Amino acid sequence: MREMKDLLFTNEHEWVDVQGEEAYVGLTEFASKALGDIVFVELPEVDDEFSMGDSFGVVESVKAAADMYMPIDGVVTELNTELEDEPAQINQAPLEGWFLKFKVTNKEQLGELMTPADYERFCEEEA
Amino acid sequence: MNNYNKLLCDISKPGRTGYRLPPDELENIAVEDGIPAGMLRKDEPALPEVNEVDVIRHFLNLSQKNFAIDKGFYPLGSCTMKYNPKINEDMAALPGFANLHPYQPEHTAQGALELLFELEEMLVEITGMERVTLQPAAGAHGEMTGLMIMKAYHESRDDHKRTKIIVPDSAHGTNPASAQVVGFDVVEIKSNKDGDVDLESLKAALSDEVAGLMLTNPSTLGLYEQNIVEVAKLVHEAGGLLYYDGANANAILGISRPGDMGFDVVHLNLHKTMTTPHGGGGPGSGPVGVKKHLVPFLPKPMIDKKEDNTYYLNYDLPQSIGRIRAFYGNFGINVRAYTYMKTMGAEGLKKVSQMAVLNANYLMHHLKNFYRLPIDRVCKHEFVLAGLGKSELHVSTMDVAKRLLDYGFHPPTVYFPLIVPEALMIEPTETESLETLDSFIEAMAAIAKEAEENPEMLKSAPHVTPVGRLDEVKAARNPVLKCASMGGEN
Amino acid sequence: MFPYIPHTEEDIKFMLETLGMKDLEELFADIPKEVRMNRELDLDAPKSELEVQRLMKSLTDKNTSTDEMICFLGAGAYDHYIPSVVKHVTGRGEFYTAYTPYQAEISQGTLQVIFEFQTMIANLTGMDLSNASMYDGSTATAEAAAMAADATRRKEILISETVHPETREVLDTYAHFNGLQIKTVPMADGVTDVEQLKGMVSKETAGVIIQTPNFFGIIEEVEEVEKLIHEVKGLLIMNVDPMSLGILKSPGELGADIVVGEGHAMGNPMSYGGPYLGFMAATTKLMRKMPGRIAGQTTDHDGNVGYVLTLQTREQHIRREKATSNICSNQALNALAALVYMSILGKKGMKAVAEQSYRKAHHTMEKLEAIGYKKVYDKPFFKEFLVEAPKDPADINKTLLEQGILGGYEVGKHYPDLKNGLLFCVTEKRTLDEIDLLVKGLEVAK
Repeated sequence: MREMKDLLFTNEHEWVDVQGEEAYVGLTEFASKALGDIVFVELPEVDDEFSMGDSFGVVESVKAAADMYMPIDGVVTELNTELEDEPAQINQAPLEGWFLKFKVTNKEQLGELMTPADYERFCEEEA
Repeated sequence: MNNYNKLLCDISKPGRTGYRLPPDELENIAVEDGIPAGMLRKDEPALPEVNEVDVIRHFLNLSQKNFAIDKGFYPLGSCTMKYNPKINEDMAALPGFANLHPYQPEHTAQGALELLFELEEMLVEITGMERVTLQPAAGAHGEMTGLMIMKAYHESRDDHKRTKIIVPDSAHGTNPASAQVVGFDVVEIKSNKDGDVDLESLKAALSDEVAGLMLTNPSTLGLYEQNIVEVAKLVHEAGGLLYYDGANANAILGISRPGDMGFDVVHLNLHKTMTTPHGGGGPGSGPVGVKKHLVPFLPKPMIDKKEDNTYYLNYDLPQSIGRIRAFYGNFGINVRAYTYMKTMGAEGLKKVSQMAVLNANYLMHHLKNFYRLPIDRVCKHEFVLAGLGKSELHVSTMDVAKRLLDYGFHPPTVYFPLIVPEALMIEPTETESLETLDSFIEAMAAIAKEAEENPEMLKSAPHVTPVGRLDEVKAARNPVLKCASMGGEN
Repeated sequence: MFPYIPHTEEDIKFMLETLGMKDLEELFADIPKEVRMNRELDLDAPKSELEVQRLMKSLTDKNTSTDEMICFLGAGAYDHYIPSVVKHVTGRGEFYTAYTPYQAEISQGTLQVIFEFQTMIANLTGMDLSNASMYDGSTATAEAAAMAADATRRKEILISETVHPETREVLDTYAHFNGLQIKTVPMADGVTDVEQLKGMVSKETAGVIIQTPNFFGIIEEVEEVEKLIHEVKGLLIMNVDPMSLGILKSPGELGADIVVGEGHAMGNPMSYGGPYLGFMAATTKLMRKMPGRIAGQTTDHDGNVGYVLTLQTREQHIRREKATSNICSNQALNALAALVYMSILGKKGMKAVAEQSYRKAHHTMEKLEAIGYKKVYDKPFFKEFLVEAPKDPADINKTLLEQGILGGYEVGKHYPDLKNGLLFCVTEKRTLDEIDLLVKGLEVAK
């Protein structure tokens, strides 16, 4: 089980779980609640290369659509294609419903992400 | 006993027909002789086989599941759901209009061209513009056309830096979308607490990269833009153009003209202001008017008059943005608008706006006793409430809207504009009587009371409609977009 | 007094008193003086219904409708027969005075109509799904180009020279502003030149647009085009005449990714060019790239089947500045007419109308050849064909008109090499007698 305290965060309400040279990215509970029932997820392809801040996919509810952004530079190594069939997973367990795994190509950028405490404050300000 | 709830594909029966053609005297000519087998269909298309009686009953029963202006009050803000006069329909259906081929020679269609020419003149007078194209098929199509004209204007001056369109945060979603498809970047600016354009925010956004500003006046809050003169001055000083979204023109006929306000481009929605029917979502007509400096860029063709007073389609427009659709606009819709404007005349059109504004203020005056009115000043043809204003009741604007269905009213526009939380946008129009307004006020008051005493009644509403609240999540997760039973050929 | 404004003088007085206002002027006191109109509108005085009818009659008297001429003109607008039942359905106030079906519970009529329209368009074109319709065939084509670009993330669109010239002009206009690059595939012998196309498709090509039957009425050979464009992972966009699909192989079978076309001929009058309806169908893969409205089936809390507008996140009101199309409406009432038309004709009727049109057109062609009007292209055609006039086609049409015949389309204005070309259209509505009159007229005219 993933826990908030082990993760890093972006101001696009995405979480990043760094595992050695690779990282998982997903949507936080805050964002999944704001979107409502998620009905569709669009993922990129394995080996796609993205820079920090690039849009890599889309997540949609009935009344909203949001882009998913790359938290830091990376190359996609694995996709959670289960989400395509069961997007509701994101609402049910946001920390388990990862979108993709990527190879971290610029570790220094990790320093630009928020810590759990920073992110908590960030959410309070947004709410 | 009756099967009228079914789909046509489910009542289809092999061998049944609903048509009859004259006898085919040319059966000796075989399709297979002229067209290679590889180009021909092997199976008949998967369409139903039904009788004319089936068809009429099917659609008549379906029609009964619709709410419509002909059934009752439809105060849908921003949509101007006013009565659609019956004579408009009859005039558009006259064989002398309905059975004209778009390519028949101009001298055999002088009546049609004269009508279009004169409709343009009338719209010029109402908007205070130099010329109007009747080609756009809808409001969004008009927006696109108007923005193309603005872009073409800047390009003609070799001013290629102007890539941005400013849009207020209260704007219709279509405004930014139209700017996007025409290749502009959208800059959003804030409204101030009175619902007007925030001048400081506007000043900060203006630069030599701004192509123009899109504005609705009255605004989507139903308020006349107090700073309009200053806004126009600022945008023009920065070299930009002003675009008028005519969605709310029902408030200003004979009262205030976009041209006089300083706008360079305007689109009107004839399906709102000029009573052409909404048709369940179209067809509409979205004419675009422009000031003199933009006339050369209007789409092809324009309708012009020759010296001998005959009319013709003018394609000789070298700076035109080009064609924006086939033929010359939604002619049948333009016939309806022309009929209406001739019926009302100058006096009637002004009265339209006066009564529309009177009706809106009357409703606002009463409803603010039960609902939260965020900006309390004289409104124009519509106004926006911020729901019940009692969050402790846990009753949403959506619940109020759905409960209104049980009272036999179409709900107002909900959750728009985005800058007002729990928005209920109410536009009564001028075609509603005092008695109708009073009964709507009564229903809204009763619902406010129910929200306190029996909130469950609202949350589970509607109770008397053909179906209850439908599962939109299911529809979007597993889209079923066609009838499964008949199957396609695949 | 006005028939659509119910206020009595008493009502107005009472309402103003309620608002604490002394006159109507006070309602407009917030408008800055310099932008208040200081005169009355310079328009006619109001008219009674009877006066309006007289006025409109005076205008229609200046038109000659196709009721008074025998119509052999097509080129995108077609004189097919409209069964009576169509106007009785579209004339229901419950349909035509309703707004867009945003409140699903009280719009099940309109929503089910859209769902059934989608079903029949998808089945007729042989595609997986359809939207609720678009402005017209030309704008639907331009939207399909933008959709292909969005789906492939490419910018280049190839369009055949045999596509209707006005459709190509509309595409050019849209493309100038949305950044698509349009290249025209030349024609050879009246059809798309596939050899030239071979040299044009590349990994930059988002899609290729083919019209069939094409502007000259000729049925295009699509197989080779389909292979070429799919080899480079571009999309095949077909613009088709729905009236031909009763007999012609469906675009779905031919491998089309997006199918568009002008649908007015199904139940909508020619009405001097509008309102018409464009239709758009596509493969499931492109479902979320489709512009426009789409209705879907679902259930309410009691399990009753119902319909809603769905996949709305594709649309402008949600995507706002990220939208790839700004269309908000559909041509709902025209689509209803088309739906009623497809229902009443059904699978047999669509075929019968197509066959009769085909036969009458071929019969006419043979007769014209016999009197010396040569066919320009010897290719399979549907209901339209191009002949070479022995002299200026404008003169020929003038002579025909004098005999009450609306002649063919003069294609020379778009195709300078075909300056004597006359494009005739023969639908199932024409009788053999009328065809004989055309033949006689052309004999006189030459």
